[in-house]
Amino acid sequence: MGAESTETFDLNTLNDQELTEQVHDDLYNGLKEEIVSATNIFLKRGWGPDKVLNDALVEGMRIVGIDFRDGILFVPEVLLAANAMKAGMEILRPLLAETGAEPIGKVVIGTVKGDIHDIGKNLVSMMLEGAGFEVINLGINNPVENYLAALEEHKPDILGMSALLTTTMPYMKVVIDTLKQKGLRDKYIVMVGGAPLNDDFAKAIGADAYCRDAAIAVETAKTLIAARRAAAH
Amino acid sequence: MAEGAEPLLVIACGALAREIVALKRLNGWSDMAVECLPPELHNRPERIPAAVQEAIRAARGRYQRIFVAYADCGTGGMLDTMLASEGIARLPGAHCYEFFATSAVFAELSQAEPGTFYLTDFLVRHFDRLVIEGLGLDRHPELLPEYFRNYRRLVYLVQAADASLSAAARAAAQRLGLAYEERHTGYGELASTLGQVATVSAASIGQRKEHSAWPH
Repeated sequence: MGAESTETFDLNTLNDQELTEQVHDDLYNGLKEEIVSATNIFLKRGWGPDKVLNDALVEGMRIVGIDFRDGILFVPEVLLAANAMKAGMEILRPLLAETGAEPIGKVVIGTVKGDIHDIGKNLVSMMLEGAGFEVINLGINNPVENYLAALEEHKPDILGMSALLTTTMPYMKVVIDTLKQKGLRDKYIVMVGGAPLNDDFAKAIGADAYCRDAAIAVETAKTLIAARRAAAH
Repeated sequence: MAEGAEPLLVIACGALAREIVALKRLNGWSDMAVECLPPELHNRPERIPAAVQEAIRAARGRYQRIFVAYADCGTGGMLDTMLASEGIARLPGAHCYEFFATSAVFAELSQAEPGTFYLTDFLVRHFDRLVIEGLGLDRHPELLPEYFRNYRRLVYLVQAADASLSAAARAAAQRLGLAYEERHTGYGELASTLGQVATVSAASIGQRKEHSAWPH
């Protein structure tokens, strides 16, 4: 992926393939205005909002995610890329709603009680939304009551929980144990994430999956929902 | 154990170097060698266990005892798993904030305000490099709200009182848009734990001297 270019040119002069690649580069470099321009150009050319989202934005963020995982990009660059993608999604969201396409699944997600970190969780929310999920984001510092109320109200397929601190990650088990006590655990797929977590921790607390990053969270969500639906038929 | 091995090595986070050297001097722990790893590892906590393990293995045979001066430091138990396999102990707690403040005080601070951003003497000294540059705020100040919108206060945990550091910590809080508080912690559980490690090491040296003095 190229370094940020100081050269300016008219994005309209690029063909679809070039513009798509340019969006990937601009996302990588966190160029919000360029993403907004390119999104509008695609729409003017007759691209459907889902195609713009998938081929340009989601694919661009997937590349960002890989380079973050590999230590090539760091948190500031990922945040800038996410902000640029958000700007593109703001344009696409109402258009996607107009298409009437059913979401591929519903996710309630939030950071656990005592923890106010939400950068990773918000990135996961955005990528899930980009992949066609309906996402109810509960924000930060959520006691078990918040999760229960949201599960009751929204009836999602997936409960996602996030924690950045080793001191707050045990609270995920409190939530899962409460679901078990109430006989609700098997109604939901439970996915957990956050820097200090790992697969062993997820298994130990009774979650269905640990997701190391946003791209894996999306793939895991799709896979687990498909498996659950297949098992139900 | 190799003949003539040194008594004790503490493999430490570079963020603790100054404090450990101060404690060594204060307590006369002359048998304690200290080797520090770069504090920047905290930007990628998943890399801490491997870096510490490499240091442990490089030191094996050269020291009679090794102790690791890291907390969990965001490794999510991975550091403990590695240390268990090597048979080596570490400092208590999740972070340096916790062992400086002591566990009880840290829990009280965190519960009172989950949105607390902590600084230690080291972090105040290197605030610009580790926090501002580390988070990319020097290049992208517009990211400040992304990082700190959920924080409410900055608590400076003071190890060694210094008016210039207090002023710098207060300025840091202002820069981040946070309320400022200061707590004098001293060296907290860093001092007590290293004290125990040094004492055990000295005792084992004494025992070995007695054994070696026994006629064969």
